[in-house]
Amino acid sequence: MGLELYLDLLSQPCRAVYIFAKRNGIPFELRPVELRKGQHLSDAFAQVNPLKKVPALRDGDFTLTESVAILLYLNRKYKVPDHWYPQDLQACARVDEYLAWQHTTLRRNCLRALWHKVMFPVFLGEPVSPEMLAATLAELDATLQLLEDKFLQNKAFLTGPHISLADLIAITELMHPVGAGCQVFEGRPKLAAWRQRVEAAVGKDLFQEAHEVILKAKDSPPADLIIKQKLMPRVLAMIQ
Amino acid sequence: MGLELYLDLLSQPCRAVYIFAKKNGIPFELRPVDIFRGQLVSKDFSQINNLCKVPALKDGDFILSESTAILIYLSSKYPTADHWYPSNLQARARIHEYLGWHADCVRGTFGVPLWTQVLAPLIGVHLPEEKVQRNRAAMDRALQELEDKFLRDQAFLTGQHVTLADLMALEELIQPVAVGFDLFEGRPKLTAWRERLEAFLGMDLCQETHGLILNILEQAANKKIPDPAPEVYPYMLLRISRIP
Repeated sequence: MGLELYLDLLSQPCRAVYIFAKRNGIPFELRPVELRKGQHLSDAFAQVNPLKKVPALRDGDFTLTESVAILLYLNRKYKVPDHWYPQDLQACARVDEYLAWQHTTLRRNCLRALWHKVMFPVFLGEPVSPEMLAATLAELDATLQLLEDKFLQNKAFLTGPHISLADLIAITELMHPVGAGCQVFEGRPKLAAWRQRVEAAVGKDLFQEAHEVILKAKDSPPADLIIKQKLMPRVLAMIQ
Repeated sequence: MGLELYLDLLSQPCRAVYIFAKKNGIPFELRPVDIFRGQLVSKDFSQINNLCKVPALKDGDFILSESTAILIYLSSKYPTADHWYPSNLQARARIHEYLGWHADCVRGTFGVPLWTQVLAPLIGVHLPEEKVQRNRAAMDRALQELEDKFLRDQAFLTGQHVTLADLMALEELIQPVAVGFDLFEGRPKLTAWRERLEAFLGMDLCQETHGLILNILEQAANKKIPDPAPEVYPYMLLRISRIP
């Protein structure tokens, strides 16, 4: 059995892993795990990841979770072009810096935007107060400003002249609020231009393919009561 | 000017960087930053680190933030033993796997007791008991996962040797201990891990690194903690509002 990737393209980190593997021609078996059906909570999946989260990787006997760990593993094992995670000490540090920063900032705010704007009301049937939504979108806005001012600045990509893992992680995250109908790139020409560059570097077809699911998030059929009960506690913990 | 490390030893990620640099004999100038005197938001510091965060590293013209990035940079640039950040593909992956989980489940969570007990009261904010309990429960869950998924029957978090993961974890777990929440009690496995790690690091280095934070309650009781500078209030209020 070769490389297996357990993914749901609804999830931001899963999209980053998917795009990276496809873009670099890394052969893998896709093992879909449908989050909205609670498949990540199954006993079968717990054998793969006892923490019940996607993405997960299985490479023979070796199982790995956490998207950054998976991306770095694939990056090194399959000898992809240097620009994704450069050998140069300082260039690499810049990518590490972004990957560390984004976890509790952009990633968190994009996740909350999707859930507060779309997934809670549409999928879980739980209304979200306008105040809560407004606060979440305001935080997202502040984070987008930081992304532009502190990372992108006047560069072509987040950490330098070439696309890296940082850009891949960032763009897949930003597509979360886009999928929720937020106009993330409106009024942000710098960020919009960066998005175009990232899409071009990834390949438009692959980019679209990876984002089909999230762009239809607002059409999620409502969860039945049993699924809702199973998912609720973990969702609440996830978006803290 | 050689390597400079901008650190506040009240901060968990700062201590991880400090202890790593010292243990590995990496020569550096310590630039102490006192978060609560507003030094983080001062003009001088924002020239160093435009994200206004500690830890920060300055190596000639090169400025770097984020403890994970700094630790990896130091381990790559200076002659450090391989076990800290092994070149072996799978061993290294395990460290990043830990750090990913740590960012979600440990960072932010284990810092809360210091806020509720010492820092928030400094600006007259008292957190509702509900939040205190919720935080306790979150810490309990995280500690269980730490033991069951990471430590298991290994000597250290990602295998038989000390790595960057162990340092990051230790410094976070010390934070609630410093304000009297002994999360090692009733957890013999975790206690044994801590003892092994501290023995490896050396008691002198541990005392030097942990002295400030472990003294914090005494300082608070003797009213030795200075009132936070007004310019720090917004940062403090924002941080407090983030506590679930």
